[in-house]
Amino acid sequence: MKFELDTSPHLQPTASVHRVMLHVLLGLIPGAIAMIWFFGWGVWFNIVIAIVTATGAEAMMIRSRGGDARATLHDLSAVVTAVLLALALPPLAPWWLTVTGSLFAIIITKQLFGGLGFNPFNPAMAGYAALLISFPREMTQWIPPSMIAEHPLGLWDTLVVTFAGSLPDQLPWDAVTAATPLDLMKTRLGLMDTIGEIRSNILFGDFGGRGWEWVGNWFFVGGLWLLYKRIITWHIPVAVLGSLFTISLLFYLTNPDAHPTPLFHIFSGGAVVCAFFIATDPVSGCASAKGRLLFGACVGILIFVIRTWGGYPDGVAFAVLLMNLAAPSIDYFTRPRVFGEDRGS
Amino acid sequence: MPLSATEITRSGLWTNNPALVQLLGLCPLLAVTNTAINGFGLGLATTLVLLASNSCVSLIRNQLRPEVRLPIFVLIIASFVTAAELIMNAFFHDLYKILGIFIPLIVTNCAIIGRAEAFASRNPVGISALDGLAVGTGFMLILILLGGMREIIGSGTFLANAHLMFGDIGRQMTITLIDDYTGFLLAVLPPGAFFGLGFIIAGKNWLDARHANEPEVSNAPIASTT
Repeated sequence: MKFELDTSPHLQPTASVHRVMLHVLLGLIPGAIAMIWFFGWGVWFNIVIAIVTATGAEAMMIRSRGGDARATLHDLSAVVTAVLLALALPPLAPWWLTVTGSLFAIIITKQLFGGLGFNPFNPAMAGYAALLISFPREMTQWIPPSMIAEHPLGLWDTLVVTFAGSLPDQLPWDAVTAATPLDLMKTRLGLMDTIGEIRSNILFGDFGGRGWEWVGNWFFVGGLWLLYKRIITWHIPVAVLGSLFTISLLFYLTNPDAHPTPLFHIFSGGAVVCAFFIATDPVSGCASAKGRLLFGACVGILIFVIRTWGGYPDGVAFAVLLMNLAAPSIDYFTRPRVFGEDRGS
Repeated sequence: MPLSATEITRSGLWTNNPALVQLLGLCPLLAVTNTAINGFGLGLATTLVLLASNSCVSLIRNQLRPEVRLPIFVLIIASFVTAAELIMNAFFHDLYKILGIFIPLIVTNCAIIGRAEAFASRNPVGISALDGLAVGTGFMLILILLGGMREIIGSGTFLANAHLMFGDIGRQMTITLIDDYTGFLLAVLPPGAFFGLGFIIAGKNWLDARHANEPEVSNAPIASTT
């Protein structure tokens, strides 16, 4: 009997970009299903349109740069970008909105900087921010689950809305779309209403917005699975949610009438999906453990600051983009000490 | 070495273009190019100032002591900018109001003092005036191109508000390319200027690279004194 003699390393490397991205996609499934459940078929169309556009744009850019398009598409990073962007868009977004956002994310934010690994910004969030700045009206037309229950839009109706932009039966847009809970909270707080009055609106559920809070829960479950699979480390999610919770608790305790509860902040908008899926982007985030904690904490604080005092109802995209800018400096200053290196003075 | 008029024109318009190669005067370039007409207005003012300041500096170049040359250049440029500002205020008042602070800020445009220092103070009048005209036109063309790009992408029109420059006849010049266009606001906002300029520079480099592959007969260096 003959035994094979191998030299080290004996463990097969398991972390490939393809594997990581595949796991991220699988982790997004519970949240995506919850979104389709609460917000209708529009979410599904957004995802499909975004994936088709993003992979097409990626293939075109790689080919024009003389690369192997098939090998690059195999790493699935374009698909992850597309899905993250699609989940951030309003469910009844017109098709050109999704296409424009995907093109911006892949071509300008990712490929023009050199492709995967060279992009200083998170492509999905840059695409989202570009859309939010350019098309404020289309980007704020959300359909709250309570309204979709009154006027259910079937598969075909949603298809017509997405591609032709017209609602069935001369339904006015106001009958199905409304501001998000975060948007409403911001507007009403500006009118000096108390939290209690605002929360009596049907948009609100137990913690955050009705429907939104459950979407947040399911993204949480997907994120925990990513942690279990060791695709992401605990630092960034804990830091984002922890700092967001702490700072909003601080303000809530000083004046409960003027500041929503910490749970509202965590379970509204994109805080959870940001903490587990967006801020953990290995390319545009930090590398060291200490750096990740600092990065995540700053993202959480910025989310609260933009939501409370900024011009936009949700600040996830801007918080992540701002911290992307700071990530190289954070990495520089939190470089781990090499074993045996002088601890410095 | 005396420079030929062709070389100077080519250098100002293309090989040494202030906006694309030297990257000078970016502040007005990025700030006012949200429409083609705004870009044209500021570009024209800059060209006139550059033409006048280059000629003037060239005329006094032999009397000027090198120790005080920079304040004198700034003084000359500021005089012409003030004149240009007054002229625009008088004859293109609406455009003047839109361009606002960026007309007086032509004084600080590095492209102008750069040409005074690098070219006009060392060359005779005729050739300096030509250089000012070429560099200014190169700058103006980029302003119009960038302004046109941002206008078309941002609001779907071209030459909107042309009556600010050309009087009432300009009202018919506005071309609406896409009816019922939602408007891509990002192109009109400041980020659009950076993206647009980036794309134009990339386009120029691409053209140059493609051109460089073809064999060139004579490749005398364009004697820019910068």
